[in-house]
Order: sequence, then C-alpha cells, then structure tokens
Amino acid sequence: MTAVAKNIILIGGSAGSYPIIIQIIEALPVYFRAAIIVLIHRNARYETHMEETLTKKSGRVISQANDKEPILQNSIYFATPGYHLLVEPGYTFALDSSEPVAFSRPSIDVLFESAADVYQKDCTAFLLSGANKDGANGISHIDQMGGQTFIQSPDEALITTMPLSAIEQSETSTIYSNQEIISYFRNLT
Amino acid sequence: MAKLTNAYITFQELDEIILLLNNISDYDLSGYSKSSLKRRVQRIMALEKMDIVDLKNAITNIEGFQTFLMNEITVNVTEMFRDPDYYTALRTEVFPYLETFPRIKLWSAGCSTGEEVYSLAILLSEANLYDRSFIYGTDINGQVIETAKKAIYPLKNIKLYTENYIATTGANSLSTYYTAMYDAAIFNQQIRKNILFSQHNLATDSIFNEFQFISCRNVLIYFDPELQKKVLNLLYNSLSEFGFLCLGSKEKLLYSDLRAKFKLVNRDFNIYQKIK
Repeated sequence: MTAVAKNIILIGGSAGSYPIIIQIIEALPVYFRAAIIVLIHRNARYETHMEETLTKKSGRVISQANDKEPILQNSIYFATPGYHLLVEPGYTFALDSSEPVAFSRPSIDVLFESAADVYQKDCTAFLLSGANKDGANGISHIDQMGGQTFIQSPDEALITTMPLSAIEQSETSTIYSNQEIISYFRNLT
Repeated sequence: MAKLTNAYITFQELDEIILLLNNISDYDLSGYSKSSLKRRVQRIMALEKMDIVDLKNAITNIEGFQTFLMNEITVNVTEMFRDPDYYTALRTEVFPYLETFPRIKLWSAGCSTGEEVYSLAILLSEANLYDRSFIYGTDINGQVIETAKKAIYPLKNIKLYTENYIATTGANSLSTYYTAMYDAAIFNQQIRKNILFSQHNLATDSIFNEFQFISCRNVLIYFDPELQKKVLNLLYNSLSEFGFLCLGSKEKLLYSDLRAKFKLVNRDFNIYQKIK
C-alpha cells in the first residue's frame, strides 16, 4: 500500500491556468514522494471531465479528493467543485461547504492555509494565472509557516491579477517562468 | 512580512478550547473535523477581535457566549433545490416507493434555515403526497431554526431558487408557492402546514421518531470518521424498514457493516434504501 505523504505540493489556478497545468502533469516523473493537489476554479454547475481527460492524457489516475481520504505519496488529487478542500492533522482531506472565500469555493486561500497548518515547512505551493485575488493570503500564510511558495511570472501568466496580488503580499515567494515551473515538476523525486 | 494575526490558533490551542467546552458546557466538538473547525473558530476570533485568552475567558465568563460560539461555528449555507438533479432523482427514483407507505414521515437532519424542508414540501405536494406526509426539520443551531419557522427568505435569493426549481423540471412556477412583498418572499400556508422545526444535536442527542425518509446532506463532512459512524448509526436506527437515506453528493456510505444494510439507489447523489 502507498504510504501517507509527508510533504505536499499545492497548485492553485484560475482563468488561464489550465494549459500550464496540463504541461505540469505531463512532465511528472513516474514516481515522486509528495502528494500533489490541484485546485482550479470552475463552476460546480457544469461537468468539466477535467480529471478523466487528464487521466487519459497522462496515463496515471487523477481523481477528486474525497472527504477523510488519506493523502498518499505519488498521487495527484483535484479539488472538488462546490466544496472547500482542507487538510486534517492526520494527513487526510476534509470537505467543507461553507461560504465562498474570495468569491470562490473551492478557495485557494482555504486550501493553502489549511495545508500549511498541517504540513508547515513541508508544504510547497504554486500560484498560477487567474482573474481574482484568491491565493494571495494562502501564499503569505505558507511563507509564515516556513513552507516554500512559487508564483507564475506575470510576464507569462495568461491573466495576471492572481499572480500580481500574491506578489504584492508576499516578500519571500519566488517568481518562476513557465519553463522553471515545468522543470521543477519534471525533476521531482 | 505579515505576522500571524492574534486570531491564529494552533491545533493544540483548538484542542484546549474543545476540552474547555466539554468541561463546562453541553457542547461536544471533539468529533468535528479539526481543519474546518479551526477556520470557523479563527473567523469568530477575528470578527470579535479576540485572542485565545479572550476567547477562553468569554467561553467561561460571558453569559450566552457558548451558544453564540456554537451558532457561529456551524455552517448554515443552504439553498432551495440545491443540486436540482438530486430532486429530480427523488421524484423519479424515491417517490414511487414512498407512495406505497400510508403515512410518510420525513426528516431533514441539519436543515439550517429550512430551504431544503420547503423544497421537499413542494416536491411532495406536486406528487400528490404532501397531505399524508409530515416533515421534521432539525438543526443544532437554535437561531437558524427560528429563521426556518418563519419561511421568509430574501427576494435576492429567490432568483437562484427559481433557477434551481426550473432545473428540477417542476410542474409549476416557484412563485405559485410564495407571496412576495418588499424585498422578501414568504412561503404559503399550503406548503408550511405539515412541518415541524426543532433543535436537535446529531452528535449528542438520540432518536426521536421513525422515518420513511431521512435527508442529511453536507453534514457528515464536518465530522471525523468516528462521529460519522455514530451519526450514521443514529440515522439507520431512525429509519423504518425500506426507508431512504440521502447523503450529500460527496458523502458516500463507506463503513462496511453499515453499507451492507443498505441498497444503493442513486450513485451520484448517494441515495440509499435500508434493506435490513
């Protein structure tokens, strides 16, 4: 059985983030120790079949995170539309249908803050293209808890509002080009 | 770099608050999902400009604060005909069976401000089942129960409720069931008649009736696996033979001993029927 992940890599994106998320997933090695959690803003009212499409493209199982499911190594989870996704102290997921944060549910801030509380320095996050300010508070909270944060360069992000808001709020975050983001994931061990 | 605010608490401090409430009140939060609970508590601390010392002090010394805290912690997000396809599934897959019961008792567990209860009443009424039905709506939060009893909702919410209702392919127009005045809508007596709202705590209270239908949607996600099991057992024991249990679309019945006692009726909406 696959072991529980002792480090976690979060990817938060909104409008304009899907193309680079596809590239990230295609670049991943067969095995990596972390768990990767992807949160993309999308409307809960419409089926997107994003997970099925990416599963076919990448040849590895990509599923939505279930409530109280253990967070395992070498796994990719997507946040379920319509629910906030949080991390429990025992390294399991929890869903929550409370009010949207930054007009979003799931909200990147909620996921990032809660993952940082549990994983602390072993929490790494990437914030990508998007048209609102969700994620900025999450990035600065991960910084404060000792984790590592990367923001997609506004020069390359298709929509810059989200990266720019996070850059404004964080002093320790690293700005990465698309090339650097993809090679980070390609070189995961 | 921004500092952690005073409203930030660690999981250890959260445990201290849970323990304090256990010791001096009837509220037991020990089986709640910690991550969600921590967020809710921090939110209240930020709104009330409290640090952890202030919070403990208020819980211990301020009359009424414990109830206020519990009301603010519980999540009260709901809408009429939320997940329209769920209601369509009820009408096509559950009602034909409910019809065979001479009396139909329904329980909406964790009903918040009552929107789900009135949605069920409308659906039953359109299936000509409402006259022999009775719906109990319960919630841990006494404040939302008072709102539910009034059956008055802001007009700005009614637009979404109407869209949801249309998506369930309802027989009428939603406006058939309410009277709008100024910026609110009140649901008619015809819809309100066979309903009782009362306070009930799923974590600590026990069975109070036998039902042919129980809906407990988006409640279990706030509990840890142990409390989920306890609550599911309470719901199971509250169901009559061949009664229906409806959980949230992300709340599967996983625990094997319980799972064996139910037949899966609808996979997308986690609708189950008690078979033994």
